[in-house]
Amino acid sequence: MLNKVNDYIFEVPIDFRQGMRVPGRIFISQDLLNMVESGTIDQVANVATLPGIAKYSMAMPDAHLGYGFPIGGVAAFREEDGVISPGGVGFDINCGVRLLRSELLARDVFPEVPLLVESLFKDIPSGLGSKSRLHVSDQELTEAFLAGAGWAVEQGYGVQADLEHCEENGCLAGADPSQVSDKARKRGRPQFGTLGSGNHFLEIQRVEKIYDPDVARQFGLFEGQITVMIHCGSRGAGHQICTDHLQVLSQAVRKYGIDLPDRQLACAPLGTPEANRYFGAMAAAANYAWANRQIISHWTREVFSKYFGEVRMDLVYDVAHNVAKIEEHDVDGSRKKLYVHRKGATRAFGPSREEVPLAYRSVGQPVLIPGSMGTPSYVLCGQDRALDLTFGSACHGSGRIMSRTQAKKTFQGKQVKANLLKKGIRVMAAEPAILAEEAPEVYKPSREVVDVVHNLGIATKVAQLVPLGVSKG
Amino acid sequence: MKPFEFLEHTADVKFRAFGLTPEEMLGNAALAMFNAMIDTSKVREERVWEVDLSGPDLEQLAYSWLSELVYLFDVEVAVFSRFEVHLVQSESEWKLHARIFGEEIDGRRHAFECQVKAVTLHQFEVSHNDHWTMQTILDV
Repeated sequence: MLNKVNDYIFEVPIDFRQGMRVPGRIFISQDLLNMVESGTIDQVANVATLPGIAKYSMAMPDAHLGYGFPIGGVAAFREEDGVISPGGVGFDINCGVRLLRSELLARDVFPEVPLLVESLFKDIPSGLGSKSRLHVSDQELTEAFLAGAGWAVEQGYGVQADLEHCEENGCLAGADPSQVSDKARKRGRPQFGTLGSGNHFLEIQRVEKIYDPDVARQFGLFEGQITVMIHCGSRGAGHQICTDHLQVLSQAVRKYGIDLPDRQLACAPLGTPEANRYFGAMAAAANYAWANRQIISHWTREVFSKYFGEVRMDLVYDVAHNVAKIEEHDVDGSRKKLYVHRKGATRAFGPSREEVPLAYRSVGQPVLIPGSMGTPSYVLCGQDRALDLTFGSACHGSGRIMSRTQAKKTFQGKQVKANLLKKGIRVMAAEPAILAEEAPEVYKPSREVVDVVHNLGIATKVAQLVPLGVSKG
Repeated sequence: MKPFEFLEHTADVKFRAFGLTPEEMLGNAALAMFNAMIDTSKVREERVWEVDLSGPDLEQLAYSWLSELVYLFDVEVAVFSRFEVHLVQSESEWKLHARIFGEEIDGRRHAFECQVKAVTLHQFEVSHNDHWTMQTILDV
């Protein structure tokens, strides 16, 4: 049984299962909670058993069943007695979202959307087994692991201002490429500069609605504007890094005598060699992902300039939604260094945090919440309230409610594509069958998820973006 | 005995694979994993790959085995449909040698329903009564 704290906070009591060190907290409305499987709540409780967890094991309103952590899970561990767990980051390390704003108006772009989508689909490789246009050497890959988006900008993919508008400036400190296996390099090299498959996408959008004109101005957004959203991660490099270290940490659990309710929660105490190696490798994957999104942004700009000449497409922001980071937060009245794990959750820092780029310091960081193919995406603005409630975190998407198996039984890729076209959304996909799995109906309504975050004051609504054209893996 | 079965899971792919021997179970688990992605009956046996692995126990070996196949699928850009698995058990470890049959991915012929990114340890289990069973969840 969950305890209702208020309309948007439900507590998983500390006696929900044996071994919980802190209670759980799910930030959600009653309606959305009714769609959450019981297994997801078990996963919130499982995370609460990990050593050194601070405050609460948390889940955001888009929470759904994951492996290890729930998707939408947030947990922070104290430096002195906590752990780091790949289960709290996921296989797609630094899967994330970035938003480019153009100076173009939707009404001018609309006739070109079919050709634009086709060009983006062709120029930015997506889907299974797609080959990148980039051919990096092993040395270049190492440099990208170390420097992230900065490496890409140095190579001519983008401009310095892109880095200033990127979480962590596009580079997580502490990357250690020597902890990246040959296998991870072999998977990562040919896939560098590709979008991937599944729920990853590149989307041309129109700013449909502005909720907060002052903040929207700060973010450079206005109604009728064309934006581009890119959702992808660290590709095979990240998947392999997680796989490799998961096996090492499974052993470490025995060595350090940690009792786990789920083997995917394999972890190591902070400060141990196993923890340090995983952090170094994870940071390298995070940097690979930032470089990847940077390269893809550059190619997106190239495609747009083919159609519209020299058009400015500035980066609004880039967020990581699968990552573990070292951050300082107030816990029980004192400032603590914590390893904050966000698995399917977005950092949502308000104006008081110096991590927020200068350009946004007066309002808070942009929080980018992608919708599904047919539903709107949202730009929110992080608020200081999030620091009190969620270690400065918000949701990351809309959250799945229908399984892939059920989706495939219910929908057909071709039909999904045709239905979207009727709504004026042009989709190109490398694997049409995957469209059935990603049909808009398999996700919770993004609006309801975003409303919870807004009403809680974690992050407030700034703009709504609707899709016009989508390139999918 | 059926070779494998898929179980309901919201975001990912969960399956159980069976075998009269651990070898058969591992072969069927591999088949289940590739069937989650593609109709393996349409995959031609044009090439053979060989895999050698070891692990301290069967459970860890089973995890390494499926993870190795995800790795091969990714770097070889190939898809597999038949698996011949041989195991040798000594006191301290299990050794696996496998021959894997399949072909390189051909976008014109192969229609994928999803892509397995990784094998999770969530609810990962190997058990034995009158036959062998293993269960896992794939991240797709």
